[in-house]
Amino acid sequence: MSRVVNRLANMNKTTRSSVFTYALVVGAFVILQLLRMTTGLGSVLEGQLIPICAYVTMALALNLVVGVSGELSLGHAGFMSIGAFLGCAAANGLAELIPFTPVRLGVAMVIGAALAGFFGFLIGIPVLRLNGDYLAIVTLAFGEIIKSVLTNTYLAVDKKGLHFSFLTDKNALEEGGLQLIRGPMGVMNTQRISTFTVGFVLVVITLVVIFNLVNSRTGRAIMAARDNRIAAESVGISVTKYKMIAFVTSAALAGAAGTLYGCSQTTFVATKFDFNTSILILVFVVLGGLGNMWGSVIAAAALTILPEALRQFADYRMLVYAIVLILVMLATNNPAIWGFFARLRERREEKKGGAAQ
Amino acid sequence: MDVLTLLDYLIRGLSLGSVYAIIALGYTMVYGIAKMLNFAHGDVIMVGAYVCFFAMTGLSPMFEAGSMAAAVVPALAGVVLSMAVCTVLGVVIEGLAYKPLRQAPSLAVLITAIGVSYFLQNSALILWSSSPKIFSPIVGSGSQKIGPLTISHVTLVTIAACVVIMLALTAFTGRTKMGKAMRAVSEDKGAAQLMGINVNRTISMTFAIGSALAAIAGVLLCSAYPTLTPTTGSMPGIKAFTAAVFGGIGSIPGALLGGLLLGVIEIFAGAYISTQLSTAVVFGVLIVVLLVKPAGLLGKTVREKV
Repeated sequence: MSRVVNRLANMNKTTRSSVFTYALVVGAFVILQLLRMTTGLGSVLEGQLIPICAYVTMALALNLVVGVSGELSLGHAGFMSIGAFLGCAAANGLAELIPFTPVRLGVAMVIGAALAGFFGFLIGIPVLRLNGDYLAIVTLAFGEIIKSVLTNTYLAVDKKGLHFSFLTDKNALEEGGLQLIRGPMGVMNTQRISTFTVGFVLVVITLVVIFNLVNSRTGRAIMAARDNRIAAESVGISVTKYKMIAFVTSAALAGAAGTLYGCSQTTFVATKFDFNTSILILVFVVLGGLGNMWGSVIAAAALTILPEALRQFADYRMLVYAIVLILVMLATNNPAIWGFFARLRERREEKKGGAAQ
Repeated sequence: MDVLTLLDYLIRGLSLGSVYAIIALGYTMVYGIAKMLNFAHGDVIMVGAYVCFFAMTGLSPMFEAGSMAAAVVPALAGVVLSMAVCTVLGVVIEGLAYKPLRQAPSLAVLITAIGVSYFLQNSALILWSSSPKIFSPIVGSGSQKIGPLTISHVTLVTIAACVVIMLALTAFTGRTKMGKAMRAVSEDKGAAQLMGINVNRTISMTFAIGSALAAIAGVLLCSAYPTLTPTTGSMPGIKAFTAAVFGGIGSIPGALLGGLLLGVIEIFAGAYISTQLSTAVVFGVLIVVLLVKPAGLLGKTVREKV
């Protein structure tokens, strides 16, 4: 035991932070599963488990772009919707081919992630040439375009293969054909195949991907490009390339989260993933702390539950949510509070120093 | 495609664009001075429209129907009252939510602005319910024949209001002491303070003007598109913001140009491509413009110094 404590104490800050994040996620999963098996969670929390996993993944993915890579993206819900639409369409289309649902969900997630990553790459080519607020606006614009395009997309499958039409439904289906994406009506799932366990696995995979990326040579290059673009370029780091790596990884993870979320709903439409959703996820990231992964996990989970927990306030819940958001921002940025914590730390360090002597 | 319909679309586009331009002015002025994206701006528009709506419905029965006074007084009172309420609202928001964050990172301010936006929307939802109110146009629903074209009074008033506001604002920022102070603060906050300019008061003033303009925009927007709900302001807000970026954020003529172009593109895209895709086309054009000229159409390109 003391050896474990010793090793924890000797770890550097990044490793300790990743260990803490893994412990947090695994611990939360074990506790929740135990509770589900024994007393039950109550219908409210039970229904929120998969959305929480999806939003935690979204927050982690966005934190990679905003916190680690330092670019503000206001259109991440767009990648989530690509994952949700195309991933769920794939899941429904593959229903007969792969009857075992966890595998089908896995395949659907990979497809959703790959397509979202591909679109992330296409969008990244023009977007990453810009910087600052302009990049934010262009991502916002892409998010809105993705929403409009998906709202007008019709995709169906029958024995002849895939049918695709745009704006109006012109797909002439054969007997037994299946509509996958129904334009403004969105996607209807024949079966809700997402489970909490799969959601948990997705969060863990996301953490593994992000921590390994951030603590690698690539991750350090990404952060160097964030901290000083010109200095990074002058030491031979291709800023666009590394920003692109972060952006595409983030888009792919967001796509997987979208598939998870989509497959947990009986039906959903493209307007679900609008600008407000992008902002919501950004709120998780900023409240959790930029670049701080466990902060994102906690903020995303807490803020997904909060509106549900405030249900007793009925009409006032979103108002309370807004006030909480403003007060938290004012409090965390208040110099007086920071000063208080700084003094506290100083005093503790003084004590430590005194004990050593 | 005959010329008359083309002209008709153009005028409708200019009218919508004028509303965008007035909203965009608020965004661009605040961004120029406080370097923040005021996401709550769109919701100030909504508040302005509601205030005007209630003032007009409250005052109309007091006048004889059909009389000159009945047509003018409630509308005028509604506009003035909504401008007053929005001005106070803008200054209060700035003082309570943004001022304590002057030194904070810009993302923190952005999130606070989003919080304010949610707050306004949900307050409106509780106060005035989500069922849409039907806004009656401030200048009646009549129209004017100009040659072969028929233009509604609302359109004429909207375009005229936009022109007047632009001229007044250009004169204000160029000639008056306060306007010069604003330009100085947007150029360099620290240096402006050293020259004896009260930076906080200048920023409050900017919010006051921006919010008063938002009230006018809200009234004009709802005169043209009469359904009023608590979320009425958010989409025009986002579009006006892209208009501000389109024209070059921080530049007043840029906001006008960006707003007008955006409105015209939106109407034409709706007419000739597809109404469902008009928003997508607008944003597509925005992306192309930003890629070709990242500072916007009339924005200053700031060289990066190493």
